[in-house]
Amino acid sequence: MEHAHHVEHPDMYDEESSKIGMWFFIFTELLLFGALFVVYAVYRYMNPDAFHLAAEELNTTIGTINTIILLVSSMTIAMATTALRKGQNNVAVALVVVTFLIGLAFLVNKYFEWGVKFSHGIWPGSEHMLNEMSQGEILFFGLYFVMTGLHALHIIVGMAIMAFAIRGLIRGKVKIERPSLLDNCGLYWHLVDLIWIFLFPLFYLIH
Amino acid sequence: MSGDKPHIVPYRVYFIILIALLILTFSSVGITSIELAEYTVAAALLFAVVKSYLVLTYFMHLKYDKPYIKIMVGFVFAIFFVVIIITFLDYLYRV
Repeated sequence: MEHAHHVEHPDMYDEESSKIGMWFFIFTELLLFGALFVVYAVYRYMNPDAFHLAAEELNTTIGTINTIILLVSSMTIAMATTALRKGQNNVAVALVVVTFLIGLAFLVNKYFEWGVKFSHGIWPGSEHMLNEMSQGEILFFGLYFVMTGLHALHIIVGMAIMAFAIRGLIRGKVKIERPSLLDNCGLYWHLVDLIWIFLFPLFYLIH
Repeated sequence: MSGDKPHIVPYRVYFIILIALLILTFSSVGITSIELAEYTVAAALLFAVVKSYLVLTYFMHLKYDKPYIKIMVGFVFAIFFVVIIITFLDYLYRV
């Protein structure tokens, strides 16, 4: 039978186009968060005193710890891409696992941070917020929950991609000749870090 | 830049960048705790811009990428800043 012999599908893999595709996606993320940053900036400009007052409520220490956590995790995943290229597969797996765990630590920290806000009666649409806060403070906390929440969602997605990267590395699908999944996982994680680099001063530092 | 061999970034480079980022983080925490009035926002954003430059250049590998990728990313960020500036000009000069 002529059909019996296996037809080789051409390998369409191309490292460079994978990278470009990832950058295009990152640009759309930039638009998403960029619009929110513009909203934040305009409302801050319109309600300077309320934003000043509301920002006092946020815990700079927790924010700083989360910044350190994310910066370290960015380094570990960047190192994982180096490990893969050096042929040190086990080191690469270990580094992505470490990054995953650091991401988890970020979320735990965020859980406690939001927990404190909730226990103070601060959440979108809460009685305390609607009855006792000015319009500007409500805007501040609304943006705080939306922007840090959306960012936390990105952390979760980043961790999910890491899980796929770990699986690929273990199964040999992600290897020195096909590093794109790990590389793009890294790019995504750095984007999450990049967004936090701006969220941190805007919410936690500027009083 | 030759396309034959992918550039391998040494672990050391990433570690140095992390240290630089941490120093910048602590500096921005320090500088914003001083009362600088309206300059606080500017100072905090300046630190954030320097930090994001380091992340883009080293962690995101742009330093070792082909020029067209650098130009593309630079262009998109430039457009992004222009949009923000225009929005502010609109708010500042609105009657």
